[in-house]
Amino acid sequence: MQESLPITGASAQLRGAELERAMRKRWSKAPFERLIVLSLWLCGTVSMITTVLIVLTLAEETRAFFMEVPLRDFIFDTKWTPQFEPAHFGVWPLVFGTLNVLFWSMVLALPLGLAAAIYLSEYAHPNTRRILKPVLEALAGVPTVVYAFFALTVVTQDILRPLLGQDRVPIFNALSASIVMAVMILPTIASVSEDAMSNVPRELREGAYGLGATRLEVAFRVVFPAALGGIIAAVLLAVARVIGETMIVAVAAGSTPQITLNPLNSVQTMTGYMLAIGLGDSARGTVDYTSIFAVGSTLFIFTFCANVAANIIVKKFKEQYE
Amino acid sequence: MSAASETGTPFTLKATGHVARRQRLSRMSRWVLFSATMLAVFVLVYLMQDVVRLGWERLSWDFLTSYPSRRPLDAGLRSSLLGWLWLMGAVIVMAVPLAIGSALFIEEFAPRNWFTELVRLNISNLAGVPSIIYGILGLAVFVRGFDLWGITLFPSLGPTILAGALTLTLMILPMTIIASVEAIRQVPPSIRDGSLALGATQWQTVWHHILPGAIPGIMTGVILAIARAAGETAALIMIGAFAFIAFDNTSLMQSFTTVPIQIYNWTTLPQEGFRVNAAAGIIVLMTLVVGLNLIAVVIREKFRRSW
Amino acid sequence: MSNSVDLRPASTGQRAAEGTLERPMAQAQPGAIVEPEGEIAITIENLSLWYGPKQALTNVSMKIPARKVTALIGPSGCGKSTLLRCINRMNDLIPTVRIQGSLYYHGVNLYGPDIDPVEVRRRIGMVFQKPNPFPKSIYDNVAFGARVNGFKGNLDQLVEQSLRRAALWEEVKDNLKKSGLALSGGQQQRLCIARAIANQPDVILMDEPCSALDPIATLKIEDLMRELVKDYTIIIVTHNMQQAARVSDYTAFMLTDEQVTGQLVEYGPTEELFTTPKDRRTEDYISGRFG
Repeated sequence: MQESLPITGASAQLRGAELERAMRKRWSKAPFERLIVLSLWLCGTVSMITTVLIVLTLAEETRAFFMEVPLRDFIFDTKWTPQFEPAHFGVWPLVFGTLNVLFWSMVLALPLGLAAAIYLSEYAHPNTRRILKPVLEALAGVPTVVYAFFALTVVTQDILRPLLGQDRVPIFNALSASIVMAVMILPTIASVSEDAMSNVPRELREGAYGLGATRLEVAFRVVFPAALGGIIAAVLLAVARVIGETMIVAVAAGSTPQITLNPLNSVQTMTGYMLAIGLGDSARGTVDYTSIFAVGSTLFIFTFCANVAANIIVKKFKEQYE
Repeated sequence: MSAASETGTPFTLKATGHVARRQRLSRMSRWVLFSATMLAVFVLVYLMQDVVRLGWERLSWDFLTSYPSRRPLDAGLRSSLLGWLWLMGAVIVMAVPLAIGSALFIEEFAPRNWFTELVRLNISNLAGVPSIIYGILGLAVFVRGFDLWGITLFPSLGPTILAGALTLTLMILPMTIIASVEAIRQVPPSIRDGSLALGATQWQTVWHHILPGAIPGIMTGVILAIARAAGETAALIMIGAFAFIAFDNTSLMQSFTTVPIQIYNWTTLPQEGFRVNAAAGIIVLMTLVVGLNLIAVVIREKFRRSW
Repeated sequence: MSNSVDLRPASTGQRAAEGTLERPMAQAQPGAIVEPEGEIAITIENLSLWYGPKQALTNVSMKIPARKVTALIGPSGCGKSTLLRCINRMNDLIPTVRIQGSLYYHGVNLYGPDIDPVEVRRRIGMVFQKPNPFPKSIYDNVAFGARVNGFKGNLDQLVEQSLRRAALWEEVKDNLKKSGLALSGGQQQRLCIARAIANQPDVILMDEPCSALDPIATLKIEDLMRELVKDYTIIIVTHNMQQAARVSDYTAFMLTDEQVTGQLVEYGPTEELFTTPKDRRTEDYISGRFG
């Protein structure tokens, strides 16, 4: 940094072309500054490169997979048995494994998560909310391998099997994974929906109270519908998390790909299959190796759609009250 | 002045009939909703105490300093703890500057145009990509090496600590960038304008005014992201960290395993002794995760500044 | 400024808390409060209110006549909105509020034991500063109160009558399914009035109902008020003195000064208050010397 304390310093006397030149931007003036900006720009591109790499590798290996397995089989075959002869590569059993867990975890988490959101936004004293909300959000920070342990050893072995009978509940079942998954995504639903409900303008609430509505009526007839966009977005984010969650289903749900929504069946999800292959050491170029990318691409498309839809809805919803 | 004579009023304001029913329902709903809110918390507390009861006795110095073993009582966390430390160290070194740099670029230096918008949009979408996808990205790019049209863009690293750290860095990058951007936005524009009006360059403004104000928020976000990376299992299994390691890691180019992976391994084994080991491992893991979260909360509370 | 300023909040709070009826330092001049004649809808006695430690109303006493328009005027921060919101217990929704004194509605203490705020608000409706239609259809907005109250009669008829009374029917009768948010600001406010009327209230509170509207929409609402007052008791908070003079039968002037927050300075028939104010501070305010 150049110091020129006196106001009547030489640079202040410049006029005309000289002044213009002195004031022009130039590399040589601040090389350090330019270097910094360049390196920050490089940092900024890393996230873009990541996306490009994800898409490229998924596309490349998926293409290799479809060189061996016809796309028609992948979509229309109803069996997924890569390890048997003759091998079948119909993706539906894996998709249904994911849908099975998704469905049952949503059945459990939706009412509880929305109830928590309504309680925090409309009923709880501000101090209660200040404590309770972070506690609830902490549930989302528990490592999923811990939830996986809970699902297999506690929920299945200590709760479900004694409760429903050893012969009705196989050791690996979709229900235990769904229950634990529900606990895991509940904070996502509760927290994001609560944000949406808190953003509903106070005037709407007052309008309803002014007409003699009770707290319950204000919550369900005014706040809930007004926050519906944000609530849907919260649910979509939770859906994306369930679809992409790996450890819980890999440990507790089993490894039997089948088309069923029965929660007491052993199922294999898309992520569960990918992890099972990842545990081994399959060489590049084998169908085993490329199949995880094909399944991964399917998974990526599902979660991508859910995330994009959630983002669009959140954005739309923000504009509504601004 | 007693207009309070309630005699002869033809109506009452006490809740009656229909309103009484509605108010009863409303009051009841408070408890129903409160119970629903607490249910998940209670489930977790119940599960945690179950784990602590199961694993507490296994927790000992021997447990922390033994290599894995086929016999549950001999098995320990030594190599997975060491691999974990190496891995997290490498992640921190790579992720922190990258996150701050990206956030500064997006918030302070990037021109407001469609490309910057795309970068933002891309980051929020990346944050929703499942960790297992990052896992197969790491497998295809870092472990196996990435060639494009015959040119090697990334050399093959094998299932090493470096490959794992790169994978986890990419995985937590969206989170850390989002947190850093939020923190930088908290610094009011008046500070920025004041500095620029005094003739400071943009970088000087950032270095002397923006960063010091944003650092606590950035730290909070980074620590939470580190906690997430510390508990990550699926992505590391995909890159081949599910290995039997009976030596101490000494460099980034060695194969490795981590505590969550060790827990996963023990969970899947049928013997009761390994179930106990898994519970003890979970106590170690949860202590670290809760500790990191507490540090984040403390930083946030301590440096909470009202501008 | 003297140091009495520092002591003010604590000392007045203390006095009110001890329940003594000693009047605050700056009193209304004798005769400044003229009791209205005829049927009284609401009687306020020695009402004080605190938001946490901060006092907002001090010893307000007044009687509000039935089927008349009563205007509450005063500079911002004088407590007029707070007073209005006490009348249908909207302040209950703020956790830190503490109230002393009494409010009688046709002789029933609104803050008495067992009094249900929902019952209170059904009879004492409210229209807010900013039009706040629910993001639902016009029809559903008007029908909301009736629906939550379990209305058994002909809902279509109720909606039509309410909209007619609010002078909105002709403008919306063909678009009842349209969102309430699609209306203009003035129409939205009349929709909110229709919504209140549909509840068949006795009293309608209006908290600066025209402050967000243009002059023409304002005129419509004012005409509507004069029309509605044949059947309803209307209490309106306004910062617009001309409006108070135009629409109200009685006017109350409130003020927060250095000694007392939220006091009633003068109250009486509107014409008298605006032509021959009895209190110096009222005179200062209506002649535009402060506020």
